[in-house]
Amino acid sequence: MAENTGIKDVVRDENLVYKKTSVLTDKVMHYCPGCGHGTAHRLIAEVIEEMEIQSGTIGVTPVGCAVLMYNYLDIDMQEAAHGRAPAVATAIKRLMPDKYVFTYQGDGDLAAIGTAETIHACNRGENIAIFFINNGIYGMTGGQMAPTTLLGMKSSTSPYGRDVHMMGNPLKMTELVAQLPGTWYVTRQAVHTPASVRKAKKAIRQAFENQKLKKGLSLVEIVSNCNSGWKMSPVDSNKWMAENMFPFYPPGDIKLEGKLVGKE
Amino acid sequence: MKELKLMKGNEAIAEAAIRAGADAYFGYPITPQSEILEYLMAEKPHERTGMVVLQAESEIAAINMVYGGAACGRKVITSSSSPGISLKQEGLSYIAGSELPCVVVNVVRGGPGLGTIQPAQSDYFQAVKGGGHGDYRLIVLAPQSVQEMADFVDLGFELAFRYRNPVMILTDGALGQMMEKVWLQEQKPRMTIFPDWATTGKTPDRERNVITSLDLDSAEQEKFNLKLQNKYRKLEAEEVRFEHTDTEDAEYLLVAYGTSARICQKSVRLARDKGIKAGLLRPVTLFPFPKKPLKELAAKVKGILAVEMSTGQMVEDVRLAVEGKVQVEHYGRMGGIIPTPEEIVDAIGKNFLK
Repeated sequence: MAENTGIKDVVRDENLVYKKTSVLTDKVMHYCPGCGHGTAHRLIAEVIEEMEIQSGTIGVTPVGCAVLMYNYLDIDMQEAAHGRAPAVATAIKRLMPDKYVFTYQGDGDLAAIGTAETIHACNRGENIAIFFINNGIYGMTGGQMAPTTLLGMKSSTSPYGRDVHMMGNPLKMTELVAQLPGTWYVTRQAVHTPASVRKAKKAIRQAFENQKLKKGLSLVEIVSNCNSGWKMSPVDSNKWMAENMFPFYPPGDIKLEGKLVGKE
Repeated sequence: MKELKLMKGNEAIAEAAIRAGADAYFGYPITPQSEILEYLMAEKPHERTGMVVLQAESEIAAINMVYGGAACGRKVITSSSSPGISLKQEGLSYIAGSELPCVVVNVVRGGPGLGTIQPAQSDYFQAVKGGGHGDYRLIVLAPQSVQEMADFVDLGFELAFRYRNPVMILTDGALGQMMEKVWLQEQKPRMTIFPDWATTGKTPDRERNVITSLDLDSAEQEKFNLKLQNKYRKLEAEEVRFEHTDTEDAEYLLVAYGTSARICQKSVRLARDKGIKAGLLRPVTLFPFPKKPLKELAAKVKGILAVEMSTGQMVEDVRLAVEGKVQVEHYGRMGGIIPTPEEIVDAIGKNFLK
């Protein structure tokens, strides 16, 4: 009996407790093993499947590691110029107000070159979702300093650590846009543990659901590791992230239903 | 219903956009073309046709909104003037590289830099040679009247969708600010069926649509570049537009577009009054450029004078077209100065009748 038990005998409907969402394509992802992008992609795809909005969703991809996201999600997508995704998404939503529109952007894309587009889309209260992956580094170009790189953190363009006098401060874009009247929901999440993945998925779902309300923009920051750029193993990078990134970028809700958390 | 109105060139463009059934305008104010956005806001096209009008935070945001809207298969238009058009070049390169249709209006002012707010034709190279990075071309239309400012919006959309290519209306501050009578076309309905490549939401009956200018496979990227080049060759074969004035017996040929062409029409008459057999060839499309008619005329005339409100940009394309068959000279004014018909006649004398 034992010698006849292959993988095909185990994969049966009654044994399946989890499977790949139909909104993800079969394309093998190019991300480094251990990177958070793959998990974040899967969560977005699962939410689209669960809400049954595959035909109603248009995604906008950034320039950076996630530039090829359109190869992995089985939805209509547009590839934006570096930092311009919120402007691109603004037009899509204005022209097709009943569609679900999201951008997926890294920290260089959203918080450096696209600062103006991000702030103004937030301030206009565009009814879109922005998913913001913050790993404190430029991953795709090979580990250069990002606007979100922590003080003292080493990168290929801050090889002795980020020096505040020479390189300025890390930018908390998420807290910044939460101050704007056009944002309805602003939260910071992570995807490094099963518990954080479940919470992040809830936040992503919320950002999609909010678009029905037409009350403003939803921004979900996901603090992520970049084990290659940080030159660590995946496990070490997640540990380092929790110890070093979370104190400066604390996970949790920042703005709910248009109101800053902890303020009347 | 067609309608006759007295309008500024800028206003005519705005009204023509609504009547062409445009789905959206995205723009940012800059002199001398701010009337386009002002007119659209005052006209409330969202009530007339449902057209979206949005003042963006920058020309960069505006052109990327054009990208987003055009990628949904919608008719989208933007406008700016020289410094703002420079800011749009990144977006235009992406739009050309993603083969998206759109209309971009450049109401040119003198440069370089902040330059002046007065009219010029010094953005010719930027318009016809690509402008941004990479091997691409815009279809460039050069109106010479308020009527053509209006007509070229609809023509621009038609060409943009036929060729999946961005179209630029290259005009200037003089035409933008000038008032003339203009016949406005009947209201066209906005589109209800969109191209099959558009990102309108992936339905179960089709593959997903992706709009991108990225292809990391070099062989594929080269193939795509060749595809673009084939499109540009097709444009050169089928879409060249130009006008002749008194070229049948001309000994000296003026070549000019837009405002300069308008002035040169008077110069031709003044020259002929003096016994100089002058004629005018006016390119209406600057890309594709009327190479063939120029080459044919070069065999018949004694000299060609390219007249432009610049230090001499189009003159290079004239020289390339005539392949050294005849002497080609340039006459231009810069910095916002518009040449008089008389000084152009003098320039014919100085260059060819010494």
